Amino acid sequence: MASPVVRIDGLKKSYADIVALDGISLEAAAGKIFGLLGPNGAGKTTTVKILATLTRPDAGSVEVVGYDIIKDPAKVRGSIGYVPQEITADPYLTAREHLEFYASLYHLPADLRKSRIEEALALVGLAGQEDRRARRLSGGTKKKLDLACGLLHRPAVILLDEPSLGLDVQVRRDVWNYILGLKEQGTVVFLCTNYMDEAERLCDEVAIIDRGKIVARGAPEELKGRLNRDVISVELADSNHHRDASFANLERAVSRLPVVRQSLRDGAKLKIYVEGHEAALANVLEAAAAAGVSLRSINYTRPGLDEVFLHYAGRAFSDEAPNGA
Amino acid sequence: MRRRTVRDFIEETRAQFTRWMLHLKREPFSLAFNLLNPLILLVFMGGAFQGLARNALGGDYRGYLLPGILALTAFGNSMAGGIPLLFDRENGSLTRLMTAPISRPSIILSRFLAVNLSTTLQCLLILVLGMAFGVRIATGVGGVAALLAFGLLLGFGVTAISLMLAFRFENHGDFFAVIGLTSLPLTFLSSAFVPLDHLPGWMRAVALANPMTYAIDAMRTLILSGWNPRPLAFMAAVLLAFDAVMLWLGSRVLARHLA
Repeated sequence: MASPVVRIDGLKKSYADIVALDGISLEAAAGKIFGLLGPNGAGKTTTVKILATLTRPDAGSVEVVGYDIIKDPAKVRGSIGYVPQEITADPYLTAREHLEFYASLYHLPADLRKSRIEEALALVGLAGQEDRRARRLSGGTKKKLDLACGLLHRPAVILLDEPSLGLDVQVRRDVWNYILGLKEQGTVVFLCTNYMDEAERLCDEVAIIDRGKIVARGAPEELKGRLNRDVISVELADSNHHRDASFANLERAVSRLPVVRQSLRDGAKLKIYVEGHEAALANVLEAAAAAGVSLRSINYTRPGLDEVFLHYAGRAFSDEAPNGA
Repeated sequence: MRRRTVRDFIEETRAQFTRWMLHLKREPFSLAFNLLNPLILLVFMGGAFQGLARNALGGDYRGYLLPGILALTAFGNSMAGGIPLLFDRENGSLTRLMTAPISRPSIILSRFLAVNLSTTLQCLLILVLGMAFGVRIATGVGGVAALLAFGLLLGFGVTAISLMLAFRFENHGDFFAVIGLTSLPLTFLSSAFVPLDHLPGWMRAVALANPMTYAIDAMRTLILSGWNPRPLAFMAAVLLAFDAVMLWLGSRVLARHLA
């Protein structure tokens, strides 16, 4: 296998008394989409800012395409394209002017400039809107413009911080296709996300980060398979008189079942984590009947990455981490 | 990877300078904002005090007032010069720029050049308006160039202060407040409206420490008296010293923030 394009070893970073990164190590290999997945405040943005030479680590080493981020920041900068989570398009400039701006900053040779700009515009679907000022572009289109600016110089690694934050469904799909397209071109994509579906859909490999530590690493399928547990989602019928009491009864009843590992209330549903077992569904149904709780629906699914997170972090993904690093 | 050259630095600075010029062209209202106070002073104050001042100063009051208005224009525009960089900090685009393999000084230099070009254009506009109101410039066409040069000598140092402030403040509201609280008061605390020795003692002390005073006195010499080398050289020397200190301080502060 080729040597990793991004190599992070024992990375630590604190802000005042808040520990943002507590010794993380990971590698991202060529030809892959690598996802750093975790809740807000887990340390994702800090990691990507260190990779982008914006923040200096307290300890640990980081290499991008073989260059050390401390010793060779200029070479690292020449090898990366960084697209922050905020929209940075300048309202007064047209889409084309943005690309010309970055083409100059990255010193693209004059004979390549025009074709690269057209290519970038086409890749993110901006053709036809290139002469409109960013002020008049929709939020999603501005995001696409930001992405286009990040790949103009064909970086070896593209760093995307929450690429689909706040985007509508259609734009999100476009952005995903763009990211998959980058992979086909051989660019290493390093993305941070707190969307499980995004990580599952795009990433060849994920590292799950929580409170500054990597709690699990691997291909999404592998991580889910390693869990060896399935999820039964149960929705209570409206006919139950005391909703909270019914939830409590049901939880108590299923907790006695040998196949059940854990249960968790998730809005109007109860999520019951069971060891992969063919009798599990029948057992839960019987337990509900015995507890006198009537059900509206019941659903048996394979685990997702949120179950993986729950397993390794010991809490649900949607519970925010205590600090906002 | 290719070696960096001076041409790279020039290309980076030029690209960013072009961006600021596009802002200037496409947001002319920001100019109107800076020119509002100078225009009010030129039209109304110049008109209202014309008769009164003729007796006290024995000359054309608009001609007397014009240097103060030019200095206010240069000061206000320079002091506001850092704001776009603060906006860039606030919305993340400066952070993004910092991940590009560009020279850090090009970020500052491009802004510095753009601010001072805009200062010169605004001073030129005020000068032309003043002349339209009948102000005569004793030193003629060469004097116009010298007046603009003194505007820049004031502007350089103030721009350096503003660029430092752009990295000190965390939101642009505070920045606007500082500009509002400095521009006009400092104009009054200078020789802009009345001669220094007519100011009360404490105001004279502030005025003597205010770089605007030196720009104004030099401009006044150029408009009212003529090519008077001794005072002009003295005023230029004071302003150059002010610029040198501010640019030195600025380069230290900015080097730290743009490391």
